[in-house]
Formats: sequence, structure tokens, C-alpha cells
Amino acid sequence: MKEKKSILSFGGDKKQRGRFLSFAIVIIAYIAVEILMKTGSLNSLFTSLLVPITCYVVAAIGLNLNVGVSGELNLGQAGFMSVGAFCGVCVSGMLAASIPAGIPRLIIAIICGAILAGLFGFVIGIPVLTLQGDYLAIVTLAFGQIIKSIFMNAYIGMDSEGLHVSFVQSNFKLQPGGKMLLNGPMGATGTQKIANFTVGAVLIIIALLIVYNLMFSRSGRAIMAARDNRIAAESVGIPISKTKMLAFVTSAALAGAAGALYGLNYSTLVPNKFDFNTSILILVYVVLGGLGNMTGTIISTVILILLPELLRSLQDYRMLIYAVVLIVIMLVTNNEWLMTKWKSLFAGKAKGGASNG
Amino acid sequence: MQFLSYLINGLGLGSVYAIIALGYTMVYGIAKMLNFAHGDIIMVGAYIAFFAITKFSLPLPLAVLAAMAVCTVLGVVIERLAYKPLRQAPSLAVLITAIGVSYFLQNGAQLLWSSSSKVFPSVISTGGISLGSATVSYLTLITIVTCIIVMVCLTLFINKTKTGSAMRACSEDKGASMLMGINVNMIISITFAIGSGLAAIASVLLASTYPSVYPTMGSMPGIKAFTAAVFGGIGSIPGAFVGGLLLGIIEIFAKAYISTQLSDAIVFGVLILILMFKPTGLLGKKINVKV
Amino acid sequence: MKKIIKSSLAVALSVCMAAAMTACGGSSGASSSESAPAESGAATESAGAGATIKIGGSGPLTGPAAVYGQAVKNAAEIAVEEVNARGGLQFELNMQDDAHDPEKAVTAYGVLKDWGMQASLATVTSAPGAAVSPSYAEDKIFAITPSGSSTSVIYADPDNLSGAFGNVFQMCFTDPNQGTASADYIAAHPELGSKIGIIYKNDDNYSKGIFDTFMAEAAAKGLNVVYSEGTFDDSNAQDFTVQLGKAQEAGADILFLPIYYDPASLILTQANGMGYKPTFFGVDGMDGILGLEGFDTSLADGVYLLTPFSADATDELTVSFVSKYKQKFGEVPNQFAADAYDCVYAIAQACEAAGVTADMSSEEICTKLVEQFTTMTFSGLTGSEMKWNESGEVTKSPKAVVIKDGVYVGVED
Repeated sequence: MKEKKSILSFGGDKKQRGRFLSFAIVIIAYIAVEILMKTGSLNSLFTSLLVPITCYVVAAIGLNLNVGVSGELNLGQAGFMSVGAFCGVCVSGMLAASIPAGIPRLIIAIICGAILAGLFGFVIGIPVLTLQGDYLAIVTLAFGQIIKSIFMNAYIGMDSEGLHVSFVQSNFKLQPGGKMLLNGPMGATGTQKIANFTVGAVLIIIALLIVYNLMFSRSGRAIMAARDNRIAAESVGIPISKTKMLAFVTSAALAGAAGALYGLNYSTLVPNKFDFNTSILILVYVVLGGLGNMTGTIISTVILILLPELLRSLQDYRMLIYAVVLIVIMLVTNNEWLMTKWKSLFAGKAKGGASNG
Repeated sequence: MQFLSYLINGLGLGSVYAIIALGYTMVYGIAKMLNFAHGDIIMVGAYIAFFAITKFSLPLPLAVLAAMAVCTVLGVVIERLAYKPLRQAPSLAVLITAIGVSYFLQNGAQLLWSSSSKVFPSVISTGGISLGSATVSYLTLITIVTCIIVMVCLTLFINKTKTGSAMRACSEDKGASMLMGINVNMIISITFAIGSGLAAIASVLLASTYPSVYPTMGSMPGIKAFTAAVFGGIGSIPGAFVGGLLLGIIEIFAKAYISTQLSDAIVFGVLILILMFKPTGLLGKKINVKV
Repeated sequence: MKKIIKSSLAVALSVCMAAAMTACGGSSGASSSESAPAESGAATESAGAGATIKIGGSGPLTGPAAVYGQAVKNAAEIAVEEVNARGGLQFELNMQDDAHDPEKAVTAYGVLKDWGMQASLATVTSAPGAAVSPSYAEDKIFAITPSGSSTSVIYADPDNLSGAFGNVFQMCFTDPNQGTASADYIAAHPELGSKIGIIYKNDDNYSKGIFDTFMAEAAAKGLNVVYSEGTFDDSNAQDFTVQLGKAQEAGADILFLPIYYDPASLILTQANGMGYKPTFFGVDGMDGILGLEGFDTSLADGVYLLTPFSADATDELTVSFVSKYKQKFGEVPNQFAADAYDCVYAIAQACEAAGVTADMSSEEICTKLVEQFTTMTFSGLTGSEMKWNESGEVTKSPKAVVIKDGVYVGVED
């Protein structure tokens, strides 16, 4: 309950500060990473993690709009990511000949991915948003699975005769020299890797701008009012389904954009990647970062992606420790007594922090 | 008459889903949480039964009891350590913790028992009764019968015993039950114990029907059973039973008559349709929201 | 208030992370001039830096596919130990976890590169392999995958089999080879059965790849495939009664199973329960079925499979490997393990022939090894007189075996 109130009580200075903080973090992190990259002191591991981190951050910001701000549990965010990813990969593959330059093609692919995912979000939103609570959650889970099944059975290819799309493999034939853009369960292979960190960072900024503008606008207040008390909100004339739909579609579109960037960062992409576990993973980022708290989402996403990598030296025990850390974090952050202790400890540490560096 | 044998197979698969779904739905009804680690408790149960039979050569009933004992203790321990401290926390926090527990159990099992799968011994005789051209194996019969027995016992327990009434009271209103002198924490622990015990029974049936035991074996049946629980209306015991059977039958029929590739999509599609017309599942209670 | 505390906690954590990140970055940047501090509990680094050739690799060590990654890791460890015990050439192995996920495989590649990998076992599974192969090609690091059998692992354009990476090799057959070989074998042995049914795994590169080429070759040879719609995927890999019922209805008397032994064991059990007894025909993924703990091997009686490796072979090499593996890990090695073992030995053979030493750069080693691999022949567990072509495909002949009384019996052609 406290969480929810704190968003509503955002106002004046505090609201400005919260928004400023998240932009500042992204920009400072971006500059820091760029400097490290330019001086060559960033190792390959972290370099390879940069783009996926930005993708998950954008998807998580989108999901937080849905779960935190709109208050609807969504267990199918990975489904929207996969729509964006495969759309982006196909668009990029089709335009490869006409637009050889990477960045404009990437931007077009991201926009297409976002639009298509938003469209999916709209279509799915119609049945989904009539439901409430855990039933809504399970329907988003179901849609996530259905989207995965569809991509597992979709064959898209391009050859001299143009674009071919089929859901039955046996009648799918390409002219020699043709290129499979999406080969059913084998997914997309041989994708040109055109994603880069700068575009990812810009995408985070855009996502934050969109989400904050929505949150602190008239529609945003309506969305939160609908979350906190549906009936009361309805009685003052807020069109519940319209406001919820706005949040849902925006969230899906952001996931789609993230997916497109993700898909173009790897030379291969399989539909199985975007399963229930990935949806859950993004949800974990959001819950750990704090519902409705975008800065928290960014930080928790980064930490939770880096954590298993930093634990690699534990070898086989890595994921076991990760699970324990996850449980302990949830227990600690939700424990009033421990949090007060931590606060006093942290206050003390912050004073001494300057001398330690 | 392939139809008949598909139907019977569907009932068999559905009965396994139903028993797992009962565990889900009980915990949801009383603790109001989605216990995503439920599927992994099934996995643990299957391993225990496997070792009881192969390493200690116990007869099947004893192996089932051993699995039940271990799962019950495990369920209660998990509840005490991981979920109880979060009683006051938002439900999403509990959900994430449950996911953490699920990861923990899967990876722990891999470290303890290695990732390669083990074949569950066929302890239930392989023969069957022939019905026209179709054969019903004893295993399928036992699965269906067990499922019905469990369902009946559980319903009697919930409706006729004192603890059962206390459970119903908790699921209606925790605060009020506490004021009536019900030890809510105790009731929740009992619920977890029963749910985990059921998981152990389900694990033996699942592993006998599909004799492959491996660390992630519980996750897919877990998700399907969760779907089954929602099908029937989560929190409702007959609902979980009906939902489980329906899910099994739809899955087998979708595979048999439409497409083996799209069977999951069809199952989930039917789920969405049902929820559109009955937003709280087939037998779920209508939620009345007050301002 | 709680939210602020939460985020301050997060900020504190992220500061720690950032510190760790730059620290790692710093050490890797400096490692060329000074010996980097050992990052993990890797093998002992004796006699100064650079005495060992660093061999990397990634595979699913956790998650549902862990059984394959673990087998490769275990067998590669044995092989490295053996090679090191011979004196002379010294290897150091570093297997990273990729959880059968292309994304994790790319990060694992980053870890290995930071570690200073000089040659690699690439990845265990195909999809992650396709994701990292371009990086191996770009960075010019020699790689040979034990079991990444899809063509997308070695070709940049797998649809047209063109654009081979050149420095990524395969120890296993490519999937098309297996599919073609199986169809040819069935065509040459009509006594096995004339009506073919197939059950394959739709979301698995390996199974799907074999299925596709099997169908193409079956059409070319005029084989009668009566049932081929029987697929399954990860989420319903337990119940096969429908697929088996359909195959039975279609009158299939030979059932082709281009899948791994885990689901195959379930298929055999369920077919037995239904009283359906066609001839079962498997590929190399079927190997391992006899080693499954608790499996009733009589069910596998009469199963044909084309496999380059059998754990029951009686030659000296196989016996010594299998007994070592059993002793160390308590399990019977499967075909993944045998492929990994061969990979290490093939690299060792090529290194010795080319005079590769640990102080060479990975690029230099890559050029030398590619030169060796395209010209040498290698004999190991999974075949004798193996050769590789310029694209990295291996040529070896699969042996047809049939299971009788729980052991493999060679079938004479």
C-alpha cells in the first residue's frame, strides 16, 4: 500500500527530482561506459552485456508502466518482445539491400517492432482488460504462450519473387539464393548485427520520456486512479478500459522496441527465447526495482543481469546462489525492522563514504 | 475407435493435472498467493519416490508415503522460511520469492542428483482392460481413481472437519478469522502441508505415466496445472478437478485432431475464450467489489 | 520512505558493481603486459604465464539442457587431463555456462575472451553456436564444436550453405548428413519396414534439421512416409500417445526418431504400453538410452540406430574412456561426451603437428590449426580416418547398430 501512495504523493519538487534522477543515471552511465570503451578498459564480457541490458531496461520500464502504474499483472511481456524482435529482424532483413547503413535501418526496425507490438497489445488488450487480478495475469501468460507457438510455426522468407509467408513448412519453397528471414522453430539465423549501445541508451531516454509524460499527465492520473479504486474512478467519469488500454499498448510497444533492438544484436534468434521464464525475469526486475519507480527499475535490471555474470566463478553453484540472493533480497526489502536498521547503517556509511572514495 | 482411446488418455493426463491443480488452488484459496514452486515440489517428490524404490527397494505404497513425508516437510519449511516473513508484503513480492524458491529447488536438484534424467521404474502393472478396440491401462485407471479419491477426501475434509472450516474461514476473511481465535499461521502451514502432500501423490502418478525424472520436470506440468486451476476457477476445489480433466482432454484432442504443433496454443486459446465469457473460471466465485 | 531506502540500497549495490566492472576491465586491459591475477578457480598456472594453451567453450551447465553441457564438460576435462599427463603440450580448459541460450552464449564468449582463450570448443548446442560463430570468425579464434550439428553453426548463410566461417569446425555430423544417411539406409534395407512414421522435436535445431533432410532424401529415394505430422516441443515432451496412436493408425511399420534419448525412452515405453511394435530407427542422439538410470533395456530391443559412437564398443580407446568417465562421474558417457573427448584430442593432434606453443597469439594459432584441420586425418572415439573440408564439416561414416539384449550389435551392410 505504501508503494502506491508514494507515487500518488509525487508532486512539486519531489516529482521533478525523481524524473531528473533517472535521466541523470542513464546519461552518466552512458558517458561513463563510453569513456571506458574509448579507452579500451571495458572487458569483452561487459561490452557484450551492454545492448541486452538496454533492451531489458526498456522492456522493464514498459512492464512497470503496466504492473506498477496501471496495476495489472502481466506475465506475457516476453511475447511482446518477441513480436518486436521478429518484426525488427524481418524488416532489417528485407531492407538490407535498399538501406545498407546500419543505424537508419535499426531505427526503422525498432519503430516497426514497436508499432506491431503495440498493435498486438491493442488486439490482446480487448479481451484481457475486461478481466481483473490473477485472471488477467493468466490470460497474458496464455497470450505469451500463443505468440510463441505462432512464431514457432511461422516461415517467412524472401527471394527474387518477393516475400513469402507460410504456416505450413511443406509448401514453403524459396528460389535459389533466397533468404529465410524466419525459419519456424529454428528462428532467424544469419542476422546482421546492427544494434549498438548508443541507440539502446537513446531508447531508454525515449522510454523514460514517454512513461513520465504519461504518468504525470491527465491520462496518467486517470490510470492510477483506476488502479487504486476502480469503482470510485468509474464513478467520477474516468473511462477505465480506455485508460488501461493506453497503458497496456504503450507497455507492449516499448517491449516491441526493446525486442527489435535485442533481435538485431544477435546473429541468431529463436522463438523459445521469449518464453514464460523471460516474462518472469522482466517481472522480477520490475518488482525488485519498486512498482512505479522507473529509476529503481533501471538499477535493479542492471544489477540482476550483472549478478549471474559476477557469480560465474562459483561455476555449478551459480544459479543456486542467484536464487538464494533473490529470495534474501525479497525478504530483506520487505522486512520493516531490517529496513530501519539498514537505513541507520546506510546513513552512517554515507557520512563516511566521502573519505573512502 | 481411436476416439475412445484419446479420450481415456486425455482423462489420464487430466487427472494428473487435476491433482497438481488441487495443490495450487488450495494454497491460492487460503494464502492468496501463486505458489510457482509447486511444480518443483513435484519434482522433489518424484526423486524421493525414485530413490525409495530403486535404492532402498521399498514397495510402492511405502515409497509414496516417503515422498509425501519429505514433500510435506519441505512445503512447510519453505512456507516458514520464505513466505511467512512476507505475510504483510505486497502479493507480487511473494510471487517473486516463490520464483526464487523454484530456481533454488531446480538448481539444488541438479547439484544433488545430476542433470541426466532417471527412468522411473514401472511399479504399476503394465497391462490393461480392453474396451472394444481401445485399451485402458491399469495405470490410467489408477490415476483417475486416485484423483477422484483425493478430490472426495479433500472436499470432505474442507467441509466436515474443524480444521477445514477454519480453512474456509481464512479464505473468506483472514482478519475476522484471527479475531475468532483461529491460528491463521497454523492454518496456512497446514494448507501448504496438504498441498505438498498432494504434490507427492501427483509426482508418483506423473512419473509412472511419463517415466522420466529430471530437475526441471515439474515446471511444465506446474504451469499447465496452474492453467487448469484458473480454468475451473482458482480457489475452488471442484473447479481444479474439472479444470484439470478438461485441460487434459483438450490437449490430447487438439493434438489428435488439429495439430501436434499448435496444441498448446489451442489449450491457451480455449482458456482465453472461457475467461472472456466466465471471467472467474468455470466454477469460480463471482467477486463482488465494494467501494 | 521505504521506496527511497530501497533505491538507495540499489544505488549502493550498483556502485559496488561498477567498481567490480572497472576493476575487471582494468585487469584485462593490462593482462597483455603483466600476468593477470587468476580470475576464477581455473586450473593451476604453473611455470609462469602462458605455459598452457587456453581452451574455452560454453554449454548448458544449468537448466533443462544441462545434461548435454555437463557431459561435454566432464569428457573434455578427462581429455585435457590425459593430454597434460603425456607431458609436452599443456592445455587449460574453461567451460562456461550458456544455459542453451544464444544471449548467454554471447556473454560466455565475452568471459572466455577476457580470460584469454586461444582455441575453443565453441558451444555444445546449435542455437547458441549460431550466435557466437560470427564472433569466433571475426576475432580469428579457432573453434571446433563437439555437438553443434546445425549448418547455421558453420555457415553464415545456412539456407544456401554458403559463407562458411572457415575457422569453426564440427566434430559431429551436420544434421543434413544424418538425415540423408538415415534415409539411404532405410531405402537400402526394405526388410526393416516399408511404411515410415516419424516423430521429431519441432523446437530443436538438431531434430528439425535431420527431419527436413530426411524428408527430402526420402522423397528422392521414393520412400513411403505415411506419418510425418508427429511433432512435439519442450512444453509437451511427455505425452506421446497421440503421435504413436496416429502412426499406428497410418500403419507405420518403421518409426524414425531423430531425437535425443530422453524423449525416445518415453516413446519406447508408451509404445510398449499401447502394444505398438514397429521397428524403431534412431540417430546418434539415441545413443545413451541404455545408460539411462532405471531404464528397462528390454524395451529398446531391436532398436536400430546410426551412431558414430557406442559406449559398449570393445576397442581399447572406448573401454578406457568409458571406465574413466564412469569412475569419475558415476555415469555412462553419451555421444556428446565422446565428441568432446575427440575435440580435445583433435586440437592436441593439430597443435603438435603445427608446432603450436602457448605463447602464440590466438590468431596465429587459428591460422595454423585451420591449416592442419583441413589437411589432417584424425581417429578417435567417434570414428577413424575423419577428415574436415574447408567449410568445417567432418567426414566420417556412421555405423548402423541394433540393440540386442541391452548391448549394441554391429549390423553388416
